[in-house]
Amino acid sequence: MICRCGDCDRWLHPPQPICRHCWSENVSPQPASGRGRIDSFTINHQPWMPGLDVPFVIARVALEEDESIFLTTNIIGCAPTDVAVDDPVVVNFSEEDGIFFPLFERAG
Amino acid sequence: MGEPQAYISGIGMSEVGVRLKRRPLLLTVDAIREALDDAGLVAGQIDGVATYPGKMPTYLGFSPVSSDDVIEALGLKTRWHLGAQEMTAQLGAIAAAAMAVKAGRARHVLCFRTVYEAGALADPDEYPPMHRKDVSGASQWTAPFYAISAANWVAQYATRHMARYGMTREQLSAIAINAHRNAALNPRAIVKEPLSADKYFAARMISTPFCLYDCDRFTDASTVIIVSAGDALDEITATPVRIAATAGSVERYSWDQAEWPGSYATGKALWEHSDYGPSDLDIAQLYDGFAFHPITWLEGLGICPIGEGHRFVEGGTRIALDGVLPMNTSGGQLGAGRLHGFGFAHESVVQMRGLGGDRQVSGNPSLAVATSGGGPMAAALLLARD
Ligand SMILES: [Zn+2]
Repeated sequence: MICRCGDCDRWLHPPQPICRHCWSENVSPQPASGRGRIDSFTINHQPWMPGLDVPFVIARVALEEDESIFLTTNIIGCAPTDVAVDDPVVVNFSEEDGIFFPLFERAG
Repeated sequence: MGEPQAYISGIGMSEVGVRLKRRPLLLTVDAIREALDDAGLVAGQIDGVATYPGKMPTYLGFSPVSSDDVIEALGLKTRWHLGAQEMTAQLGAIAAAAMAVKAGRARHVLCFRTVYEAGALADPDEYPPMHRKDVSGASQWTAPFYAISAANWVAQYATRHMARYGMTREQLSAIAINAHRNAALNPRAIVKEPLSADKYFAARMISTPFCLYDCDRFTDASTVIIVSAGDALDEITATPVRIAATAGSVERYSWDQAEWPGSYATGKALWEHSDYGPSDLDIAQLYDGFAFHPITWLEGLGICPIGEGHRFVEGGTRIALDGVLPMNTSGGQLGAGRLHGFGFAHESVVQMRGLGGDRQVSGNPSLAVATSGGGPMAAALLLARD
């Protein structure tokens, strides 16, 4: 679910109670396709906190619906070194303590 | 008469180190004393104080001293003061002081930036670390994916530059190597030795493409810049440096939503506020929290086209002390320490007064750019010795 304006149809992230494009307050979470493209990424090697398994991929994914909307996420299901800019990706929700985190894996 | 002007009339710096024992307020006082002596001013003449980002109780190591702390501790009588996180970026505090003196709200403004990020780690009781679990605001959209450090955010801009424009790690290394070479000539720098390419490429990775030497490190220090009104220069004994233009911008508050770093919009705007152009610059002091930042500043300022910053720095000859555009002559943050923006204004003044010692650029540099900000927030100063 990604926030979307019901008047100008633009997608909004992070969510706000008002549309940044047309200032409409008619905004609500809407289902998104879950598909996108890797705008950029980094392989994190630094264990910033105890227990953090490294290396892993942090990416920003541009949504298929609107390429100006980016989700910061992790790319899973492949070796970190296999990830490349512009790779098509698809969401893969990961549950932790009842919260679903939108992670992504390479499509196809 | 002409329009009102603002000048940097004095500069000061405390001891710069890692895990210093001296308290941050007293480090700030050390830098203030040096700046007052430098300008030829006494405390009674100071009628304004400005700092970035103001005291941050949730992250004291990042900003442990407020404008109010300084005013109270030193018994200053001020007419204008400021300590604000919500501004363009670090050097925005100096830009605001310039506006204040031009508007007649103050004659001499003490601007400071005090950092105690290394000392805070050593004393977590007194300086509690930021609570990672308290995920609120913009970070709630990045922290769950362990994109915790600015290194992770900025690294993604760098990866994209590699994919889009062909930047290589060899080109990136020129920034860190230049910083270390200059720092080794700066007695106040935390880095004491040059960096070889072999050592750079042998270093461990932090967040690709950044290795250890591409990241600045926590430092304890205070840097002070005194901004004075043009009609108060008869009170000054040092060579004044004119604040010829200022600019700042913010792309998106959320770092991960910004299409471009703020350096692009701020760099462009700086020239719109002045009669100078990029080819007039004698030196460039460009924010280097990470080695990639100066590349975006070179592009944003129009020193080279967008997408060619990495070619400009390649091999390091253009940016060396004897190059066409000496860059980060004190060692920048990668070499001199994470002074967080203010170090670039300080070093600009040192160079334009000819006081750089072993690292002094020849040819009497008279126009400098100092920049700050590594994400969507950015600020820049154009500084001229008339
Ligand atoms: Zn709208």
